[in-house]
Amino acid sequence: MTKALALLVLLCLALPARAAWDIEQLMHDLARNKGGKVRFVEKKYIALLDRPLVSSGELGYFPPDRLEKRTLLPKPDVMVLDRDTLSIERGKQKLSLRLADQPQALAFVDSIRGTLAGDRPALERSYALYLTGSEERWTLSLLPSDPRIAALVTRITIGGSRDRVRSVEYLQADGDRAVMTIEPLETK
Amino acid sequence: MSRARAVVLWLLFLAACLGSVAHTRFTADMSAFLPRSPTPQQQLLVDQLKEGALSRLLLIGIEGADGPTRARLSRDLATRLRASASFVAVRNGEAEALERDREILFRYRYLLSPAVTAERFGVAGLHAAIANSIDLLASPAGLMLKGLLPRDPTGEMLEVVSALDSGDSPASLDGVWASRDGQRAILMARTAAGGSATDAQEAAIADVRTAFAAAAAGVGDARIVLSGSPVFSVDARATIRAEVTRLSLISSVAIVSLLLLVYRSFTALGLGLLPVLSGALAGIAAVGAGFGNVHGLTVGFGTTLIGEAVDYSIYYFVQSGAATPDDCTWRQRFWPTIRLGVLTSVCGFASLLFSGFPGLAQLGLYSIAGLVVAAAVTRFVLPHLRPAGFRIRDLSALGTALRPVIRGLGRLRRAVLFLALAATAVLVVNRNDLWNPGLSGLSPVPQAAQDLDMKLRGDLGAPDLRYLVVVNAADRENALVASEAVALHLQPLVDAGVIAGFETPARFLPSQAAQRARQAALPDAATLTAALPVALAGLPLQPERLAPFLAEVEAARRLPLLTPETLAGSSLGLLVDSLLMERPAGWSALLPLRAVRAGSTLRDLDPQAIRSALAAAGQPGALFVDLLGESNRLYGAYLDEAVLLSLAGFAAIVILLAVALRSGRRLLRVLLPLVVTVLVVIAGLSLAGERLTLLHLVGMLLIVAVGSNYALFFAGDDAVVAPPTLASLLLANTATVVGFGALAFSPVSVLHALGVTVGPGAVLALVFSAILAGGRQP
Repeated sequence: MTKALALLVLLCLALPARAAWDIEQLMHDLARNKGGKVRFVEKKYIALLDRPLVSSGELGYFPPDRLEKRTLLPKPDVMVLDRDTLSIERGKQKLSLRLADQPQALAFVDSIRGTLAGDRPALERSYALYLTGSEERWTLSLLPSDPRIAALVTRITIGGSRDRVRSVEYLQADGDRAVMTIEPLETK
Repeated sequence: MSRARAVVLWLLFLAACLGSVAHTRFTADMSAFLPRSPTPQQQLLVDQLKEGALSRLLLIGIEGADGPTRARLSRDLATRLRASASFVAVRNGEAEALERDREILFRYRYLLSPAVTAERFGVAGLHAAIANSIDLLASPAGLMLKGLLPRDPTGEMLEVVSALDSGDSPASLDGVWASRDGQRAILMARTAAGGSATDAQEAAIADVRTAFAAAAAGVGDARIVLSGSPVFSVDARATIRAEVTRLSLISSVAIVSLLLLVYRSFTALGLGLLPVLSGALAGIAAVGAGFGNVHGLTVGFGTTLIGEAVDYSIYYFVQSGAATPDDCTWRQRFWPTIRLGVLTSVCGFASLLFSGFPGLAQLGLYSIAGLVVAAAVTRFVLPHLRPAGFRIRDLSALGTALRPVIRGLGRLRRAVLFLALAATAVLVVNRNDLWNPGLSGLSPVPQAAQDLDMKLRGDLGAPDLRYLVVVNAADRENALVASEAVALHLQPLVDAGVIAGFETPARFLPSQAAQRARQAALPDAATLTAALPVALAGLPLQPERLAPFLAEVEAARRLPLLTPETLAGSSLGLLVDSLLMERPAGWSALLPLRAVRAGSTLRDLDPQAIRSALAAAGQPGALFVDLLGESNRLYGAYLDEAVLLSLAGFAAIVILLAVALRSGRRLLRVLLPLVVTVLVVIAGLSLAGERLTLLHLVGMLLIVAVGSNYALFFAGDDAVVAPPTLASLLLANTATVVGFGALAFSPVSVLHALGVTVGPGAVLALVFSAILAGGRQP
């Protein structure tokens, strides 16, 4: 099995098609990512507020369906997305949402989880995809095609290198934006 | 009695019975299973079963086709059902349907949120609440909350909404509720009619099927499955009705065929059935007069009466031979034995009259009236009706042929005693698995239907409403005030993890007093305007941004209070309705408690913790009810009572026989075969894997009551039974076995239990009597 895989990789490297790096190839690389945990810092620029809100914590992805966002600062909370249920836990408060009722959450789900999973059909259900840059430093833009999502998010920009996502930026319809930067955990 | 007087009296009696039956109401609902004189806790169980939210909840599943088609059908069906007067609410998970709930919650948030106090709207309170809301903006929920911040900076909406979420919510597919595996769309509908209005619920179920047929026209492979209490009670009624007709027909046809085969005379058949028909009529009339209604099950049990009552005319015809009405031979030789048989049967059935289980009490009265009338008609009317010179075929040949058989059976005496010992051993070994532990053993709902219900309920995360706190008050407002007091003391139990959570009607319909208190806690515009800049110090938010907040608080201070009418038509209204009940003596509020989940099972609640909380809340009238425990206790009480009644009935029979037979030896000769029969039948049922219910227990009593009729004929000191008598016993016994045996094949568990016990019991009682008597033959 391992041998066959190695052979396949060699074959891929040898082929000239390798030069034509595209969305298909990026998705293929991303899909090979076995998941795990990373550190994130998120800055939210909200017009209502005088200064950006900064939060940080851990982001975990467990293919194919489970995404965990554990915010540690400024206040701990946990968001878990498991299949189609989004649950948010904050102190004693627990909130559980069915995604079909929540286009906002849907936008969030399909962008991050779809990207991490390299699930192009899932992404293309809600967004038009544009890829720029190189394999070493790529930028994938998601433009909502579903008007319900477009009413909230005008663009999601995901930056990364090879099979790693480095940043996610949400540009909201009201002009507010959130920028999340992602780094590997220092352990290992 | 002269011929004319006897016949005229009989005809008058029949006419009176007919008149009474014409006015009798027949039911087939679950009332036969509910206690006649319940405790307060049982009364609650009864109310829940008859009128409660659970009794109105219809679970609908749509299967087949593909996901999007099922979702479309779910929406279409929901729209049609919402337009139907049979339903007060239909939910299928559509987001649009929740919009109205959100509007109400948002508009009334300051009156609904328990967090609204004067402190929270002081400077320090505002600072803390707004700082928390800003922190929340940084969280994943922020995207949804941001738009609300200028209008609701203290986060009251979140306080209210998080109360709405009660743990398990159904999965969703294509915008509507679906099963976890996604293969079935799910809807929940609440019927306008309560559980005891079976006709209306039947109509509501028919509405669902019609609406689905219309919605699914052209979609070939989609089908609908229905479950829930309304389906159970409607199906149970239909089953009982169909069963009663079927069983009566089967046993009538079988007995008529048997009599025709033996008598070969339609005159004899007609005359032989007269006591049976008179008895059945009298039985129904007596139950109607005594109980106000006749349950279908009673009539079902009553088919056994056909088999037993026909015995008397068989004895009469076969034993009296060619006797004329003036001939006293039969009256002197056989009637005393038959009369004693009737009396022992009456003793047995009479003990059922005292049962708290209405089905049994009705059975008792029905059988007593039926047997007494059938015997009396045989004794006093039949001799006058038989045509001159009438006699049935001589059955002496059959009787004579049976004599060597009886003698041969005598050799099996030891075998019978050995069998009795073996049966006792079986019962001792199996003693822990003999009984069916719950009320479900009596349920007419088939296992497959119960399984489907479990599945749909699991998909919906439908609450099982096992644990309830019930508060009673004179009116709705006071019931809500009491609920609020109880909730205040239940919350610490939630925080301590004793219970996972609870519902209360006051959550979405606070008492007027609580709403007024919250309004009074809100500051006026001037105070709030002055407080905001101070409260916002250090926060990244300018007071000008919160102008909408000032307006909303001012509006909330003047808002007319939230009433049940405000909630009408929303799912919040539905929730509140299901938790508030108007009762004859006032109002009850139900507060369902959720048990703590431990793995895949729910932990049992500690009743003591709840009771102390209720005491601390100053609500001594509040009840903590464990509905499952209550229904098990109810069943346990039925069972204990049935044991007591059966023993009392048995004792009455023994005393009656002792007085009548005036001989210990003869008493023993009658009782021994009956006791052995009971042991062998119960051991046999246990070996066949039947779990005993209280109906089996009653069956044991009936084995003694009915079997004694046969045993008595073998108890005489001469020990020789005349050939015609033997023949009549065989025939009468066969008729009885047919009557009870027919019940054994019924899918209705209570009927089955009785049939499977008494049917074999009647045969064995005769056989064992013959064997044990045969041993005394020269």
